[in-house]
Formats: sequence, structure tokens, C-alpha cells
Amino acid sequence: MSNQPLPAVPYLKIPEGAEPYLEGQKCGQCGSTFLGERSVCSKCGARDEMSPVTLPNSGKLYSYSIVYRSFPGIEVPYISAIVDLDDGTAIKGNLINVEADPEHIEFDMPVDVVYADALGRKDADGNSYLSFFFQPKT
Amino acid sequence: MTDAYIVGVDMIKFGRFPEKTVPQIGAQAALMALDDCGLSIQHMQALYCGNLGQASGMVGQRMLQEIGQTGMPVVNVANACATGATAFREAWASVKAGLYDVVLAVGVEQMGKGLLGGGGAKTGIPKEGLIGSGTMPAVFAEAGMEHARHYGTTFEQFAKVSVKNHHHSTLNPKAMYQIETPLDEVMNAEMISYPNTKLMCSVNVDGSAAAVICSEKKARELGLINRAIKVRASVLASDPWQERDLVMPDVNSCTQKAAKEAYEMAGLGPEDIDLIELHDCFATAEILHYGNLGICKQENAGRMIDEGEVALGGRIPVNVSGGLLSKGHPLGATGIANIYEVSTHLRNEAGSRQVEGAKIGLTHVIGLGSACAIHVLERAS
Repeated sequence: MSNQPLPAVPYLKIPEGAEPYLEGQKCGQCGSTFLGERSVCSKCGARDEMSPVTLPNSGKLYSYSIVYRSFPGIEVPYISAIVDLDDGTAIKGNLINVEADPEHIEFDMPVDVVYADALGRKDADGNSYLSFFFQPKT
Repeated sequence: MTDAYIVGVDMIKFGRFPEKTVPQIGAQAALMALDDCGLSIQHMQALYCGNLGQASGMVGQRMLQEIGQTGMPVVNVANACATGATAFREAWASVKAGLYDVVLAVGVEQMGKGLLGGGGAKTGIPKEGLIGSGTMPAVFAEAGMEHARHYGTTFEQFAKVSVKNHHHSTLNPKAMYQIETPLDEVMNAEMISYPNTKLMCSVNVDGSAAAVICSEKKARELGLINRAIKVRASVLASDPWQERDLVMPDVNSCTQKAAKEAYEMAGLGPEDIDLIELHDCFATAEILHYGNLGICKQENAGRMIDEGEVALGGRIPVNVSGGLLSKGHPLGATGIANIYEVSTHLRNEAGSRQVEGAKIGLTHVIGLGSACAIHVLERAS
């Protein structure tokens, strides 16, 4: 069992002695950014042009759904959100610290990316995980 | 290349048949399609069998054990919710190419109840409800909310899709349900994933549908051309790259691409289409496709449902079968079931839900991931 939390997704990086961050893969040919490592660009097909970039911790809400029915053991309601980060990278995650009511959720509302424990979820070996969330900019 | 015709087509009444096997359910529709054109399994030169749940289970061959093992080549097909349409298209392509004169396409599925998508993780921790939602109601809700952000589409307009399709299904004895669902009932039903309530989610059912596809020469030889349906276009597309692909499955661009190619192949436009069966897996999904299929501008999709243009009796009826929302959505069968529905109207045999004077119809399915299949069908004579 690790003493340090593990990243909930591979594109969340936890450097030693520094703040966690989200990492994208940017194509040197067409400039598109992706979540997840790859050697070939999905957009333009360029090979060996991908390099890691640190993604901004700031973006805008593109679309969402308020989820009331999920699988057993998953706490509801929660807001599943698609966010366009400031560099244009699209990312999905939970929108937190806002009422789960369409009246309180606006398209394009500015959000910050925040990092916190993965809702207490642990793996079979008892390891804790760090995840990312979106919350309205204050 | 020869033209390809549907000479026999049918579907079973959708329902729940836990006592039956998948091949047994498929065999029912296969026999019905053969009976529809008076041919036997010995006439069939190949079988294209679509099924998702047992994709590695040789469903086509096991189905032939139920209806006649002639030794014909069998191709088992899986392509998410476009599975049945893809099997049909493979059958069509084999006839178009001149490989065979008469072939059978079958789509079949046996479903459990409950949510699809967003399954647990094999390693690490489950991501559902942590990194947003991967459940199908949420994914299609997000797609609907994208339409809402661009065009102001409302919860009420999405809900009206469900009212319309449930109403249509009261006229279809092969639909899972024949129950009216008034607007307030749809909007006040249990919220699954805003804005999709329970009555705005397709029904998980068991079902099968089948079609016999024939070359023009063979259809004439067999005396089957009078009730035959000409396949004017068959198009399959995957999702071209889009900037939000990885986090937001894109059902729009592959539909737009397939529609454009289908209209080109058929040599006609959306204004020539008399009825459409499209992929209303959720009420939010149907509205997206009015614009994607070109029957209106994207910004007018909400108005289409408000003004009844897509209802039976309207300018271009959509999902008069009841759609996936009420007829039911057995994944692998859906793509051939909607071909059955359109063919039945083109044959003027749809009874009380008949779209009067229907000459040309279009079918559309989406397999998330994504695959889009579109067929344009026309009455032969």
C-alpha cells in the first residue's frame, strides 16, 4: 500500500514536492491537445509529434447533466460536466460546490480545476486516490 | 452493379423472453422474413447476423441450428447499436457486389434491465460519479444540453419527443408498450439524468428482426418484385475527429456525414423523404438528428416538435413505430427493425399508423463509439 495517494486517472500527475496537475498530449503538427498518451495524433495522423503539456486549471462549462440514477453505491445527485479548459482542451468531470439544479448552472460559467481525495474510494489494496473536480470560480 | 431489394422483412413483437436463447429469438424473425417472401432457408446463399451481447458466441451459426444448417457462409456482426444495420449493410454489399443473389440479414438481442454504460473499473477505483458519468442517459443528456446551449432547446421540447413516440406506439401492435404518456407525466417521471426522465429513456427489451435481400434479376425471376423495397442508399460512417471526442461521444458529425453521403448515393435530398425512423435512444437524442439529417435547420429542431411536423400526419413523421423510446431497443435488432417499419409503410401495409402515400423513407441508427448507419428505401413499383 502506498503512503501517497495515487492518481485517479493517468492524465493526473502528482509530482513529488509540487502541486498536482493535469497533463495533455499536444501534437506538434496540428496543435491539437488530447487527454491520454499516444504516439499518433487522432486528428491529423502525424506520428511521433506528441509531447506532454501541463493543462490550465481554469476553464468554462460547455455542457452537463445532473445525474440522479447511477449504479449501486454511487452517491447521487451529482453534476457530470464537460469543461473547455482555457487552452481549448475538453475534459469531463464532476462539477462540485454548486446546487444540482439547472437554475444554478449556466453554460460558459467559469470554473477552476481543484484537486481532492477521490470521494473516499480505495482500491482492493487499500490505496487512496487523488482526483480532480470542477468548481465555480469565486 | 446490380440494385439490391428487400423482398422479405419482419420483426417479432418486442418484449422480454428470458426463457428463450438468443439464437431462438433470432430464429423467429428469420423464419418470419422468409415467410414474408415465401422463400426457404435453402434459398439463402449467406447469413449476416447482428448481435452485441454474445458477440463472441457464433449466434448466426447457432441460429441456423434452429432453422436449417445448409452450410452457407455466416458472418457475425457487432457494431454497438448500429449492429443490426451493419449486418443488413454487409448483406446488401454482398448482393451489390454480385457475390450472391439472395441473402439473409438478422438482428437479435436479449437485454437485461437497468443502466447501460459507465461500468466498473478492472483496476484502480470506479470512475463513475467521480469523473462525471459514463451512463448512457447522462451521455445523451450532455449531448442534448449541448443542443440547448446552442439553440435554446428546452426540457419541455425534449419531453415532447417522448409524448409523440409513445403516442405513435399505441398504433403499433409490435411495440413493447402501447401507452399514452401525457407531457406532465413525462416531465414529472423519475429524473434519471437531467433532462432525461425515465419516460425519456429507451426501453431495454428482447427482440429480433430480419430481412431477405435479393438482386433485381433474382427478385424478378422469383416473382417478388411487386412487394420489393429498393435500397437506394446504404451508408456507414464512423465519427470523424472532433475537438471534444474523447470526453463527449459525438453522435452528430457521423450522422451528418452519413446523411450527406446517403442523399448523394440515392440522388435525392431530405425534402424527398416521406418518413424517418431514427435513433431516439433518449428523447434528447431525437431532436439532434432533425438537423443532422437535414429535415430542418438545427435551430428549428425544437419548433419541429412544438408544431407537430414530425408527428404522424405532420410534414415528415419521425418514429411512427413508437421508436426506441416505446417500441423498445434490443440493441442488435434495432437497425433491422427500423428497416422493417419503413418498408411496411412503403408497402402501404402499416394499418392505422400508415404514413399516407409514403414512397421514400430513411432509417438511421447510432452505435456509440461511434457508428452511424443510414438507409434510404423506396417502393419498387
